[in-house]
Amino acid sequence: MPQIFYSLAFRRHLLQFSVLGIVAALFWFLISNAITNLSEQRIASGFDFLFTEAAFDIGESFIEYSSTSSFLKAFQVGLLNTLLVALIGNIFAVFLGTFIGMARVSSNWLIKKVSDVYIETFRNIPLLLQLFFWYVLISEFLPSVREAEPYLGSVFLTQRGLYFPFPQNILEPTAIALFALISLVMIYRKWRKSNRFDFKPLLLPVVLGAFVLIFGRPLEFTSPMLAGFNFEGGASITPELGALLLGLVLYTAAFIAEIVRSGIESIDRGQVEAGMSLGLKPPLVFQFIVLPQAMRVVVPPLTSQLLNLTKNSSLAVAIGYPDLLNVSNTALNQTGQAVECILIVMLIYLSFSLLTSLVMNIYNKKTAIPGEAR
Amino acid sequence: MKLNNRLIASLALLATVMWLGSAQASTIDEIKKRGHVKCGVSAGLPGFSAPDSKGNWQGLDVDVCRALGAAIFGDAKKVKFVGLSAQQRFTALQSGEVDVLTRNTTHTLSRDTSVGLNFAPTNYYDGQGFMVKKKSKITSAKQLSGAAICVQQGTTTERNLADYFRQNKMKMKPIVMEGNDELFKAFLAGRCDALTTDASGLAAERTKAKNPNELVILPEVISKEPLAAAVRHGDDAFFDIVKWTVYALISAEELGITSKNVDQKIKSYNPDVLRFLGKVPGNGKALGLDEKWAYSIVKQVGNYGESFEKHVGKKTALRLDRGLNALWTDGGLMYSPPLK
Repeated sequence: MPQIFYSLAFRRHLLQFSVLGIVAALFWFLISNAITNLSEQRIASGFDFLFTEAAFDIGESFIEYSSTSSFLKAFQVGLLNTLLVALIGNIFAVFLGTFIGMARVSSNWLIKKVSDVYIETFRNIPLLLQLFFWYVLISEFLPSVREAEPYLGSVFLTQRGLYFPFPQNILEPTAIALFALISLVMIYRKWRKSNRFDFKPLLLPVVLGAFVLIFGRPLEFTSPMLAGFNFEGGASITPELGALLLGLVLYTAAFIAEIVRSGIESIDRGQVEAGMSLGLKPPLVFQFIVLPQAMRVVVPPLTSQLLNLTKNSSLAVAIGYPDLLNVSNTALNQTGQAVECILIVMLIYLSFSLLTSLVMNIYNKKTAIPGEAR
Repeated sequence: MKLNNRLIASLALLATVMWLGSAQASTIDEIKKRGHVKCGVSAGLPGFSAPDSKGNWQGLDVDVCRALGAAIFGDAKKVKFVGLSAQQRFTALQSGEVDVLTRNTTHTLSRDTSVGLNFAPTNYYDGQGFMVKKKSKITSAKQLSGAAICVQQGTTTERNLADYFRQNKMKMKPIVMEGNDELFKAFLAGRCDALTTDASGLAAERTKAKNPNELVILPEVISKEPLAAAVRHGDDAFFDIVKWTVYALISAEELGITSKNVDQKIKSYNPDVLRFLGKVPGNGKALGLDEKWAYSIVKQVGNYGESFEKHVGKKTALRLDRGLNALWTDGGLMYSPPLK
């Protein structure tokens, strides 16, 4: 036997590479087998169908879509709808979860018990059931479109969704608001550092705002009006989206609350007492001593909850919200190309998850104790 | 969690599709070895396939499956039913989970080609319609512009619906769900203004409502939906058996043979009848079946007309007319090539 086999490093590498080789061969075998079988059964394969006409309608969409659009466009619509749910859902779930988690360690008996009951209830009922519950609640118990009474002038809560007035051109106001927010943050940070107000950053949004006010389109609000079967004008949240968001947020918030509670409780009592003895008030102790340290414990499990919410949003198909999986299921049925459609969906969910993980890992590194990052 | 089940199912499908090549015994040998036929049926469509109060599957589509059991084993009970959603059906057939789909499936070009199916003769000629509530006072599908419409996922109906509204320059908002029951509930609750599916399906769904008289089926039929049994590409022998089993049901009615008179008919002098019932041999051998295959079908399941009247006809809750589904001699489309 050659000398090289006695080297531990060589044998280790040999082992690793042969395992890798076996796995690769297995995949190659499975894929080539699938392709042969599909062509033998004369089942269409490949991704060409993405560019043909989809010929089905989708209930709600941000981008221009009609039944003459391509399957690719249909997938985009589904993707955006999933992103919307993931984004709004995650934001609300984190806020609600943090709030309830803090309530659970509250010294107020009532607040503590209420949050206990909340967590135990929502955490222990299957999400699918909760979704059905909210959907039935909305579609059975809210008034019909014709019977609905307006709140605050022209807001309607009906079994077909929540209708409210909305400006027709929201691009400019959103942009200005965004700039204004950024400059306010800059002013605040400067003030924290030097205790002086410096209003220079506000110049850009003010000039921009004035420009739009003088030359831009007027901000036209349209109100929902009953026309034919449904309301038209304004904007609306459909019962499908509403029930999905309610279900996902309430369910995930219960888990996040427990994570936040465990984070807060992981801080040594002595730290709080030390803060108090320095003369800090309880809110300041929480802000500067408890919270930053608790975040280190909270962030990793929080990441997996954010991922869970995103993945659980695929239950939308049960209550008819046109998310990625829902649209893909329809596409799968129109074309019969199951393998391709499932691959697309799997890849998209995977990249969502990896992206979320990446962002949260960067944040985790920032909050971790320097030199101790795991 | 439902997602996980779905994922496992998809992976299982991928794996089975991938492994198919390694063991490709003929379908009929597999069925004989197993001892029963596995049929994919609709999980709950009264009149076509639904379990009765005793848990026995009943319906027009179920009878096609029973007839297959009778033809292959001489025993209509040697069948197993797998309830499939519209969404699951093709993958279930492609992956070999079921031998045959007898599940009100519309025969179309793309399914016959790129989905990889072979269709048996149509066993119910249908068309897509709309159902609304009586109190909405809608009398025509042309009045549905702007309406929210409930539609089941994974069917030809999604496409027909889009086409019909495009063609008539009307707008609508589809509410697409996977589960039939959830969809019907959403319609009853008022989430949608109309429910659309095949006219027979509408009649079947209507029987599930607390007060069926409050629901109206609109007169427009917007598509052709020839519903037929389907098998996988690539097994001609089994395809022949399924095809001629359906023809046998129709042929029996043409020849006037019923489950009640079949034992008298076998003594008749009509050569077509004798050939059909296997008294004059040949048909069975050609299909690779027992010569009594057609006799067993009629004796145990009945002819097409009997099956129709029993499950969907005038005396049932569905109250459907024979219409297009009458024999060609009565002005319908049911026609069997000669069994010789």
